[in-house]
Amino acid sequence: MRIQAGFRKERIDRGIKARTDDIFAIASCREILYLVGPRFLLIAALLIFPLLKSITGIYWQNVLMITATIALLALSWDLLHSVGLVSLGQALFFGAGAYATGYLNSKFGWSPVLAIPAATLLGALFSTALLYPVLRLRGIYFGLITFAVPMLLMRIIEATKILGGTEGISGLTPLPGITITLYIIIAVTLVCVYGYQRLFETDYGLVFKAIRDNDRSVIAAGFNIQLFKAQAVFLAALPATFAGAFLTHHYQFVGLPAFAMDYSVLPMASVIIGGPGSFIGAMLGAFIVVPLSEFLRTFGTLRIVIYSLVLLVFVVGLPQGLFHYLKRKYDQFERLVPIEEVEK
Amino acid sequence: MTSSVLIFGLVNSAILMLTALGFSLIFGLSGVANLAHGAIYLSSGYVAWIFLNSLGLPYFLAVPLTIVAAGLLGAAIYWLVIMRVRGLGLSEVIATFAVGVAILEFFRWMGFVTYEFNLPVLIKGSLDISGVSVDYQRLVIVGVGILMAALLWLFAHHTKIGLALRGMAQDEYTALSLGIDSDWAAALSMALGSAIAALAAVVTLPLGIISINLGYEVLIMALAVTVLGGLESITGLVVGALLLGFARTVTGTYFDPKWMEVVYLIALVLVLAVKPSGLFGKYKELEERV
Repeated sequence: MRIQAGFRKERIDRGIKARTDDIFAIASCREILYLVGPRFLLIAALLIFPLLKSITGIYWQNVLMITATIALLALSWDLLHSVGLVSLGQALFFGAGAYATGYLNSKFGWSPVLAIPAATLLGALFSTALLYPVLRLRGIYFGLITFAVPMLLMRIIEATKILGGTEGISGLTPLPGITITLYIIIAVTLVCVYGYQRLFETDYGLVFKAIRDNDRSVIAAGFNIQLFKAQAVFLAALPATFAGAFLTHHYQFVGLPAFAMDYSVLPMASVIIGGPGSFIGAMLGAFIVVPLSEFLRTFGTLRIVIYSLVLLVFVVGLPQGLFHYLKRKYDQFERLVPIEEVEK
Repeated sequence: MTSSVLIFGLVNSAILMLTALGFSLIFGLSGVANLAHGAIYLSSGYVAWIFLNSLGLPYFLAVPLTIVAAGLLGAAIYWLVIMRVRGLGLSEVIATFAVGVAILEFFRWMGFVTYEFNLPVLIKGSLDISGVSVDYQRLVIVGVGILMAALLWLFAHHTKIGLALRGMAQDEYTALSLGIDSDWAAALSMALGSAIAALAAVVTLPLGIISINLGYEVLIMALAVTVLGGLESITGLVVGALLLGFARTVTGTYFDPKWMEVVYLIALVLVLAVKPSGLFGKYKELEERV
């Protein structure tokens, strides 16, 4: 987009945005609608979709299931990113949760009601303990570790034949009907978005943000950033391990595919497309990325090529992400103003 | 047994060093972690194959053409993609990774997956070294590896362009103030690194068939060697490659061959967890990594 010579672009908050920022938000229906509308639309769409089973068919219900799973993983990625940790291996958390619930269910016969929460906690503790020694690494180097660890765990399970080896564990207790299952995972996703957003408004969340922006000044302020990063990893692992445990019971099977690259790449793609740092963007991204990949199935193996190119276009062309772009359009308007000549 | 481990360990190390050299050069000089490295390596293999088999060019014309083509590809990737996201660490990583996956999967879609895709060796036949038969191609690899390491050292320390690139790597702002163009330097390092990747492909690929998954494997190899050896010097790279190469050969000979690829991953994780600066890293690397 070229801007005419002698002009510059100016962005100004819309009047309604300025008014809804404070107590006047409740002055009229229009302001309330402006505030609540987008959120309400999103939640309503999510709640209505599972009811449309007769129209969409079971196939797209399953797609929604995977979408919500990837959304949870993306939220987890976004939290880690907000603390300055770039994860290239969300599959680690996913696999940890999946194997924990598989083991509890098959070995001790725990019902999913008990096994899934227990596996969520266990998986999160396990991954936090595993990553604790390398939390001091920064940027790409932390990413490399998370990239390597799921592959290593996969090889270890393959070679030592623990936890079912290459065959995995099958015959797990199924979840009740698809509609209830979908509502549970959607509810968890929404709670997670809301919880994370609130977390970052507290003083506790402020420390996380500070670690991302400048970790050394946080150390200088007397915080133990290793401990804070560990807590962040634990908090971020929770939705991801839950997703792993939940999908495992949905498929009634856990095996090596739980550490597949898909669970690492798709969440990352979601956040990049949706916009990092806002959590809702991560969720929106997942709702673009996963259905898109389903639509592209008609292209066969060319699918991954198209997919990578779409990702590339987003990374290069819209680096701040779709959510921030939409939010800007919603809250602000743009106009061209002539540049004043500076008197010599 | 011992002599075979020694010889093949050396060959493996030379292969590792050659494949990692391009990646390490780009990472060390322009700070871009070029995750499309494996794709560039593999696509040069296919380009060489096309030159040789579809166009019927002679070997000594096809190889230089391939290397030039890979260099141009690297520079093009820089100008079209990386330049626009330069400095945004995460975007760089994802953009180059996406380019790499797109290239690799494009070749898979084109059907470059069968056994007919292999490159010819430079010299046929084999040599007997203390009871171990080594084909000439492996000796060529070792020779080219040593030659490239020496040439790159000379280039980086004793030519004006090499010094300019290293200056850029050490302190970008100071280099800019001395009139070195940042984008030019980075594009040049990208072109050079890709050309070296192409050379590595032409020399090492004749050992087997060209398969798509090799592209991903090469990337992990390059990452492991670079992390292990650090970026400060070519010495670190050589020692890193030697360590990993021998570790790989020993694992393959005395343990199960299926653990061979795990060696890289374990080395990567252990080095970063225990000594994040790399084996020979100086303070600058420690500062970057921790």
